[in-house]
Amino acid sequence: MPAIQFDAVSYTQPSGARIFDELTLGVDAGEVLALVGRSGAGKTTLLRLVNRLAMPQSGRVMVGERDTREWDPIRLRRSIGYVIQDVGLFPHMTVADNIGVVPRLENWEPSRIQARTRELLDLVGLSWDTHAGRWPDELSGGQRQRVGVARALAADPAVLLMDEPFGALDPVTRAELQREFRGIQKRLHKTVIIVTHDMLEALSLAHRVAVLDEGTVIACDVPERIVQAADPRIRRLLDAVTLKVRPDA
Amino acid sequence: MKVLQFWLSHRAELIALIGQHVLLVAISTLVAVAAGVPLGIFAARRPRLSAPLVGIANLVQTIPSLAMFGFLLPLPLLGGVGPRTAIVVLILYGLLPIVRTTIAGLQGIDPSIREAGTAMGMTRGELLRQVELPLAMPSIVAGIRVAAVVGVGSATIAAAIGAGGLGEYIYRGLSMVDSTVILAGAIPAAVLALLIDTGLLWLERGLASRRRTGTRRIAAAAATVIAIALVGSVTIFSGRRAAIVVGSKNFTEQLILGEIVAQAIERETGLTVDRRLNLGGTLICERALASGDIDVYVEYTGTALTAVFHQPLAGDSSAVLQTVRDSYARTGRALLEPLGFNNTFTILIRGDDGRRFNVKTIDDAAVHAPKWRAGFGYEFLERPDGFPGLSKKYGLRFAEPPRVMDLTLTYRALASGQVDLIAGDATAGLISALDLFPLEDNRHYFPPYDAVPVARAATLMRHPEVRRALTSLAGAISAEDMRAMNHAADAGRQDPAKIARDFLDRR
Repeated sequence: MPAIQFDAVSYTQPSGARIFDELTLGVDAGEVLALVGRSGAGKTTLLRLVNRLAMPQSGRVMVGERDTREWDPIRLRRSIGYVIQDVGLFPHMTVADNIGVVPRLENWEPSRIQARTRELLDLVGLSWDTHAGRWPDELSGGQRQRVGVARALAADPAVLLMDEPFGALDPVTRAELQREFRGIQKRLHKTVIIVTHDMLEALSLAHRVAVLDEGTVIACDVPERIVQAADPRIRRLLDAVTLKVRPDA
Repeated sequence: MKVLQFWLSHRAELIALIGQHVLLVAISTLVAVAAGVPLGIFAARRPRLSAPLVGIANLVQTIPSLAMFGFLLPLPLLGGVGPRTAIVVLILYGLLPIVRTTIAGLQGIDPSIREAGTAMGMTRGELLRQVELPLAMPSIVAGIRVAAVVGVGSATIAAAIGAGGLGEYIYRGLSMVDSTVILAGAIPAAVLALLIDTGLLWLERGLASRRRTGTRRIAAAAATVIAIALVGSVTIFSGRRAAIVVGSKNFTEQLILGEIVAQAIERETGLTVDRRLNLGGTLICERALASGDIDVYVEYTGTALTAVFHQPLAGDSSAVLQTVRDSYARTGRALLEPLGFNNTFTILIRGDDGRRFNVKTIDDAAVHAPKWRAGFGYEFLERPDGFPGLSKKYGLRFAEPPRVMDLTLTYRALASGQVDLIAGDATAGLISALDLFPLEDNRHYFPPYDAVPVARAATLMRHPEVRRALTSLAGAISAEDMRAMNHAADAGRQDPAKIARDFLDRR
């Protein structure tokens, strides 16, 4: 049984736009699955279905072998780490307080929260002494994103949802963070869904890549086979990468 | 300089009034925050509700405060004369800015931050307490700042319904036309507004910087205000009412009469007497008496007949007195004995002319009038019961058509010889000061405005000694006495309390 399973999920937006039509997809425990697709393919919505920020009209989303409908949404969300596109750090909290949000909600002891915060800052390559007391607006984009990852990991969730986590960064910082992410994942073995519009990022980070198009999954496979896909819709996504890799071509 | 002297000589009173003022603002702002912030939170989540809510709050804000006090006075529980009504009005005024800035503060939060909180598993309450309120706080504090500063201003008007505060000086100064007394109230009120403004701005800045100091500042500020308000509410709401409460309207003569009545009761009975002087007009005094907020005040028979009982003015002084006495008796009030003077219109000439031509009555004056010029206030000249009726009754003809001039200037115009005859107020202090001579209305043209204390019948029943004290004033104040006392206050800048004390000492 996969850690996260979408079963024939259909979802229509409140505005009436149909996003998914009987979509089925599974993510195994400890696996990194990348969701790729063009803008508006519903990648973010798929993540929101996992932590019940959205609910399917038909079909079901299983998290930890339980239908999200049966989960208490608060418990469900606290057991899932969420790294958001534009970070969403709380501007009125220091770095340490931002990281400690979920542990505080879970009523951890202050000493345990502090120890955990130290550990996480270390994990994402920041130091307690220089960064813990900083405010989000004093950090660089890359540092903010690291804090975002640390915050998502704070209560040690089994599942991590990442929505364009490195999208707003310059190429150098992005490559650095991608490398660190691979390192972290090697140690923690989380079940991760990472949304990206960048095929190269998907291919380099994920165990499997799922391609979303017109509300369904048109391919879901290991990177090696995705690169060889013949489907023109996938080829177009790959061509964009090729152009980037060989700007002289 | 004069203001400084006034403050020094009224130290204790000044401190008490500042205290009352701060209390009015602190209590009302606190309640406005306690009601306005939750209301704003509630409305911010329901856009369809927030527009009409802000609309209603706006509407309340546009009601002139004096009118609002007027609406509330007759209401049970909320209304009445005193700080309670004032606090209710100040709360209503404070609500708008607080509700509006709470809504604005909450709606201005970046949706992605709210979404982050929800996605991390915050309940609505946790999201509100840990994310939304802290982020909206600078905006909310800005609203509280506006509410408190507006409150300091509105609270000065509260003096009109006997709520105390620095408005007392402003109203007293206005009625005595004494700018020193006005400033004595206005300056501390302005300083208070500035202090509150600066203090809350400091708090707002602390919060906007999103540093921990903000939280500490807000805790300190809240603790201070709550402490002041608690102590204050205890004194205002549980404070024992004095045995007798004396009221008065808001002009010099009424302030003096209020003091005379209050001091007479104190001297004769030893009961504690509270003063609610300077109430904003006949209607407010009447309602305060009817509701029991005051026990006694001095009314004029003609005013009672027309303004309180809505009957036409007819008959001589004893007939009017009888009608008014009966009307009061039917509504649980008792009219006591007239004080001895009639504050009606009076026709005045220069003392010189009176002695030279031996003119004592208006009939006597009619003989000389064709050689004289007259000056009247606009209203007296136009009203049928003013000059038109008067000239018909006495057959008055002047050398030229009467001149229109400002009522307050007519006395000096007469004294300086610009005109030879004017219509004035029978108890105006200037009459004695400028050696003017009031002519007798021998054909009884002007309606009677005899000054008479009116009291609640229940109070007199409970304290028969109060009736004795008030009856002892029967016929005690002549028109000349009243003119002299008005003059001592208006021109001599003496305190009404001192004038009353001197008067009672002389008897």
